[in-house]
Amino acid sequence: MALCTECEAEITLEPSTEVGEIIQCPDCGMDLEVISVDPPEVAPAPEEEEDWGE
Amino acid sequence: MKIGILCSLVRKEEKLLFDEFRSRGLEFTRIDDRELILELHQRQWDFDVILERCINHSRALHTLRYFADCGVKTVNTYEVANTCGDKLLTTLALIRDKIPTPPVFVAHTPESALQAIERLGYPVVLKPAVGSWGRLLSKVNDREAAEAILEHKETLGSYHHSIFYIQKYVEKHGRDIRSFVVGDETICAIYRTSPHWITNTARGGVATNCPVTHEVNEISVRAAKAVGGGMVAIDLFETPDGLLVNEVNYTMEFRNSIDTTGVNIPAKVVDYVVAVGGR
Repeated sequence: MALCTECEAEITLEPSTEVGEIIQCPDCGMDLEVISVDPPEVAPAPEEEEDWGE
Repeated sequence: MKIGILCSLVRKEEKLLFDEFRSRGLEFTRIDDRELILELHQRQWDFDVILERCINHSRALHTLRYFADCGVKTVNTYEVANTCGDKLLTTLALIRDKIPTPPVFVAHTPESALQAIERLGYPVVLKPAVGSWGRLLSKVNDREAAEAILEHKETLGSYHHSIFYIQKYVEKHGRDIRSFVVGDETICAIYRTSPHWITNTARGGVATNCPVTHEVNEISVRAAKAVGGGMVAIDLFETPDGLLVNEVNYTMEFRNSIDTTGVNIPAKVVDYVVAVGGR
């Protein structure tokens, strides 16, 4: 169980979750980056940068 | 085969690619560009191929160049990333290969940009030379709007925003085409439909299947070759005079195009990466 860094909601990661994936806190909607799956840990997602894209 | 995947954040596309590699028993090493230290005198790397999936263009560019100099094969190559990451270079490559593309003027000051816009004729689209997802595009319908946008870009933007890439606006009647080229083949295409003049799916455009006609395949493959080949996504405008190439993207996003087209795009990507790695 990871804790949202914004609202401290408990977040259960899906088994297929990858490190580096962006998820949304189900309670507050904050974008979070998964920084570890075992143990589950999240951090605020990075802000979009000017050279992001495809 | 020793495969590296260069990325940072994991989008839906990267997850699908990871799954595809794993389903084939192909191991890979993730290289996070945020943690990577490029020790430039260190030239030995034990990779047969690296798949680039960076979200940051600048990091992709530098890292691809470094690995290329170390003799590591990459998908895509540095040259493709360099050309596709800059709209001016992309347009020059298309013109060089006589591929239809909308008229473009480039200017470096607001004054010359205004002259260029007036010569091109309204409406025009001002685009950052480097940028993606339809961000910071401006459709300029008249001189007053042009003056305001140019002043804002010069005052508020970084130096990138004083490279004025000005494209003649093409009326696309609510949709354009995104085609996907892998190697020598257009593997599938979608229509991107939106009531807004910006039709990127990242901006709400809706994807539906677009048949890969001979014309779509031919112009897409030619455009891909013009920028250096590999795996690219081509944006096409439909006009009464035929298709025009708008842009070419080198780290293509395809999450909305798999179910839509019925084509297993991650499988095609992995096939191509394995083929490059085995050469």
